[in-house]
Amino acid sequence: MKMMECDEESPFDIILSPEQDRWLQATTQVKRLVIGSNRQKADAVQHGILPRLLEWLIDESVPQELRTEAAVVLGSLAWGTEENIQHLVNAGAVPVLLRGLSNTSLAHVEACLRCLRTVFMAPNPPVNLIYQDATIIPHLLNIISRTAQTKEAIANILANCCTCLEHQNTLCKTGAISALAPLLTDGTLYKIQMPVLKCFAAMCYQNPDVCAAVASATFNGVSVPQLIGKLQCRDKTSEMQMASAKCLTFLHRGGAISAKDRIIVLETLPTLVRMCKKDRTLDENVEGAETLSYLIQEDQELQKITSVCDHSMKALAEYLTYTDIQQLDSRQTQKKAVNWGNALRTAAFQAFAAIGANDEEIRKKIIAIDNLIESVVAGMNSDDLKVQVAACRCLHSLSRSVQQIRTTFQDHAVWKPLVKLMQSHSDDVLKIASSTMCNLLLDFSPSKEDILECGAIDILTKLCAKEDEPPLRLNGVWGLMNLAFNSEQKVKMEIVEKLGSELLFVLLSERDPEILMRTLGLLRNLLSKKQHIDNIMMTHGTQVLQAIKCILEADYHSADIKEQTLCVVANIADGPQARMSILRNDGVMKQMIACMQAYGQSNLQIASLYGILNFINGEDADSFERFRILREKGVYNLLQKLMHSKNPHVYERAKHALNQFPST
Amino acid sequence: MATGTTSPSTETLNSNSLDPSDPLKQLYPAVNEDDTPLPRSWSPKDKFNFIGLSLNNLRVHYKGVGKSHNHKDAASVRATHPIPAACGIYYFEVRIISKGRDGYFRHSYMGIGLSTQGVNMNKLPGWDKYSYGYHGDDGNAFCSSNPGIPYGPTFTTGDVIGCCVNLIDNTCFYTKNGINLGIAFSDLPPNLYPTVGLQTPGEVVEANFGQTPFVFNIEEYMKEWHMKTRMTIERFPVSDRRGEWQQALQRMVSTYLIHHGYCSTAEAFCKATTQPIDEDITSIKHRQRIQKLVLAGRMGEAIELTQQLYPGLLERNPNLLFMLKCRQFVEMVNGSDSEVRGPNSRSPRSQHSSGGTGSSRSSPNLSPAHNLSANASSSAGPHILHYQSQRPGSGSNSPNRAGGKHSRSSTPTSSSSSSHHSQQQHLSDNMHSNEDVKNAANAGSPQSSSDRYAMNGSGSVYIEGEENMDLSDGAVEDGLVTNGNYNPPPPCMNGNSHNLEAGDAEDMDVEGSGKQLCGGNRTAIEKMLQYGRELQSMSQHLRRQFGHSDTNKKAIQDAFSLLAYPDPWNSPVGFQLQSVQREPVCAALNSAILESQGLPKQPPLKLAIAQATQCMKLMAKSGIGACAFASVADYLH
Repeated sequence: MKMMECDEESPFDIILSPEQDRWLQATTQVKRLVIGSNRQKADAVQHGILPRLLEWLIDESVPQELRTEAAVVLGSLAWGTEENIQHLVNAGAVPVLLRGLSNTSLAHVEACLRCLRTVFMAPNPPVNLIYQDATIIPHLLNIISRTAQTKEAIANILANCCTCLEHQNTLCKTGAISALAPLLTDGTLYKIQMPVLKCFAAMCYQNPDVCAAVASATFNGVSVPQLIGKLQCRDKTSEMQMASAKCLTFLHRGGAISAKDRIIVLETLPTLVRMCKKDRTLDENVEGAETLSYLIQEDQELQKITSVCDHSMKALAEYLTYTDIQQLDSRQTQKKAVNWGNALRTAAFQAFAAIGANDEEIRKKIIAIDNLIESVVAGMNSDDLKVQVAACRCLHSLSRSVQQIRTTFQDHAVWKPLVKLMQSHSDDVLKIASSTMCNLLLDFSPSKEDILECGAIDILTKLCAKEDEPPLRLNGVWGLMNLAFNSEQKVKMEIVEKLGSELLFVLLSERDPEILMRTLGLLRNLLSKKQHIDNIMMTHGTQVLQAIKCILEADYHSADIKEQTLCVVANIADGPQARMSILRNDGVMKQMIACMQAYGQSNLQIASLYGILNFINGEDADSFERFRILREKGVYNLLQKLMHSKNPHVYERAKHALNQFPST
Repeated sequence: MATGTTSPSTETLNSNSLDPSDPLKQLYPAVNEDDTPLPRSWSPKDKFNFIGLSLNNLRVHYKGVGKSHNHKDAASVRATHPIPAACGIYYFEVRIISKGRDGYFRHSYMGIGLSTQGVNMNKLPGWDKYSYGYHGDDGNAFCSSNPGIPYGPTFTTGDVIGCCVNLIDNTCFYTKNGINLGIAFSDLPPNLYPTVGLQTPGEVVEANFGQTPFVFNIEEYMKEWHMKTRMTIERFPVSDRRGEWQQALQRMVSTYLIHHGYCSTAEAFCKATTQPIDEDITSIKHRQRIQKLVLAGRMGEAIELTQQLYPGLLERNPNLLFMLKCRQFVEMVNGSDSEVRGPNSRSPRSQHSSGGTGSSRSSPNLSPAHNLSANASSSAGPHILHYQSQRPGSGSNSPNRAGGKHSRSSTPTSSSSSSHHSQQQHLSDNMHSNEDVKNAANAGSPQSSSDRYAMNGSGSVYIEGEENMDLSDGAVEDGLVTNGNYNPPPPCMNGNSHNLEAGDAEDMDVEGSGKQLCGGNRTAIEKMLQYGRELQSMSQHLRRQFGHSDTNKKAIQDAFSLLAYPDPWNSPVGFQLQSVQREPVCAALNSAILESQGLPKQPPLKLAIAQATQCMKLMAKSGIGACAFASVADYLH
């Protein structure tokens, strides 16, 4: 009998029915029904009560009590599976709940916030909904300090809603810093402090403006970085120390706190090293090493300190020996399997790359770690893209050592996995692999020949053609430049051939000064022996001279680039055949002469004089013709003027050149 | 106090808090320097003769010739004392003032580390057994004569090298300019001395044993170990499948309550936890009454009542009787004993409790926890409040509370007598007087009660927020209220049966309020002098019968010395007049009564605390460093 009644009188039906006076009771009944049961929660969603509940939330004629109860039920449903949350979002709950925050009842506001917090803490939260209406963030910040509930919920929402530069700036401009700073202080609950720290980290990440604002903010006379720093004390939980260290790391990298600041050198750095120790959890190990790498990446002194701090290298070396492959992530509520072996290897490679970036002594220590180079090679051969990148980054850092390139690298044939990585479709892999390859193609590298045989020129010219990826173009040109240095005619011709006139012209028209510099370097290396010069100029002379003229004429290039260009001209002037092509090119000659008169910039004068000297040198048949042209262009008179130069280099060269001129 | 075991711990704590300006005491609070002094400088005796000391024996320089450029030139110096285990974590720093002349050899050998007593001083630390060092020239760590192993960076002029000994896991790590270089040595032996060794002329180093702030943040490191130790204690696994552990804990609580006579609390607790009460309720109440008298300073009545309720007890314990009588003499000087206060003031409270309204229970207001913890505040003080929750209008508690709070902060006498003891004193015997008056007023007039209610808003809120409110049931008339309120009694007495109680206000012994001997009563002074003569003869009698007793002799001497000063309250022996001094007497009498009834003279809780305290001391002696972070006092609030 009772069962029958229950069936007929399901609270879901009542909610959907027009029986107004029974709604509240039914809603309360649903609330009790779904507590702690994912099945019941899913069931409730299935019954289609979401639209009804949302309707009540909007409808101001509905009694307040019922509206609040509806918000509470929504919050409870959100606690269920991700699927439930998706249903909530799809039903349009977020804007409705956000509107509910303007309600005068604090209980109602809290209920809405609880539900929103749960929605935004789930993976892939509907972040944009928060920014859709410009009044939402100010309102959230306005009500944040009301109760512990509002603090915790809003801090969590904001921490998960700051995902890009625009969000960071919006939060910062709206006053998030001054609203959140008080929540860092001692009296605040742990569960509030944690999301606040996360929020600061999210706001500061790679945003110098926000970092500067955070660093200069104070609360009760204490600066915000200091407030954050207090939370990385050693009697706080690991999790909190980590979160605090992360904020300070971002503040440092954002340029707001100097690397010499106590809080970075003596507090943040040791905290992160501690996180790499065995007594911490695996995810702390990974996060600690990754954050540490980021902290020290740009500062040589921090790298040095890290290398001696609390046996950090030993701790990181142990990451490489971790063999248990699968284990559940202990922190995430969503139980997803993580390949800890790979995660740890990735973190360790990154850390070694950072620590050894600038110091030969440290690199020696890294190389001396048992099986390090074997692990790097294995990492580059791994199936995991992240491991590949990290291992390659580590190799790249070590490849800055001439000694390692000559010894360990050759012993372990690291070029093999490297060439393999160059076939990758991932630009991330290509970037770091090509950078590394550039170093291995240096003249003194024994691997140079091996890599060349594997088709290095093909690989690199392909990179040069990557229009939308300037870093890859740069590495391509750089590699070719290294390859062309001191190489045989055959290699040079192959480079020129594979590159082709057109691409060469494109590269020479490059506005990116880095790429242009390397391209000019490549040209200088190619145009280095008399015979080689003539051969190359014979096939590509027109384009090259055209490009040179453009560069010298352009007013947007720096003096360095012009100097480099003049050096190319000087190289060409060394070619017995090729030199005439310049002398006969009025445009180039005009620029050269202009550079000779660039009195403020002696490097340009010297570079152009170097070219003039090359014109003059050589006793072959056309020497008379050359002198004639030079005289005609006024070079002789100019040289006489330069004899008055106060710069000894300019004077010497000018004098030397004048002496070569036959007397008339 | 009756127990001999707990008081030394108090002394330890007190002696350590004597000089708050000494940074070393603050760094190592668990170290008792009377037993194990801290290293504070290098030893002028325990060094090789190539070593010179200056700047209060903190600066070390090499004064040998250093010609041979070999190991024979090495010279070391040890600190004055070994590192006490009770430091838990020990740390010192050495600043390299000058690395010396580089000479023919580029290296300037310099070793910083540890060694035990007796290790050869003609060597650098780390070159011998029981010697450990970190060397500046190569950054190697030398452990007990083993060859050096690569450890840290090299160090030179301007660097600050720190050495930290962890006496919990017996490891050592160094720091360079505030950066932890990681563990260098493990399995260290006990009783190591800070040691430095030099080898070439011009080498100068200077030590900081904690007198000035360190470069490395050692407090942070200590915090971590403090937390680790606490976690070890708190997470210590106790298998309690049959509930014995819980039962033992409950037993501790109930026996404690019974021992100190928190009668109704004990009854309620035992009922809720189904614990037996070993003692008769009447017996507890008897003890309660006696204790109350002692704590009120009415020794004469207390002795009388004891003789009446426990005939033969004091006769069997002549020394106890003598102690009580000495105290009585002191109270006479104080003016609080009934002998000198006139018949009017005699024992009103015993009349009340015997006249019983059926639920007339109250508790003595001794605070046994008082001496155990230096930071015991008034919250650890007397826990007696009247119980009104079963009556309508129970909000009358709140005005008292509010009043009490107010007076603590605003009464000038209160702030002037800032010492914990004096506050305790006021708590223990003064407050109830005017609280009683107020309560009487409330009881007499429901109207006024509700007025107060209204004045303070919701009374129940105050009660909830009340930390030291300990409820025991009893009629308002009986209620002893102790909330630290010792305002002068209100001018209106409301003319009720509590006139006598109001008289208590007279014996408020507020320091510096110009008190007079025996309350200024001439007859009383004569009585006191007469009593003194009787006491003298009793003392002589005791000596004849039982032989000489230092305790007794000192007691009577101290008591009589009070008369040697015109103002005994401000005399060197004036401390005796503080009411906190009644507590040991009270505890001794209580213990004696319990013993005579065949009951333990100490509650198991106190025993457990004493044992734990003793255990800490033993740990310190046995070199177990964890005792530094496991202070028993931390757990006594």
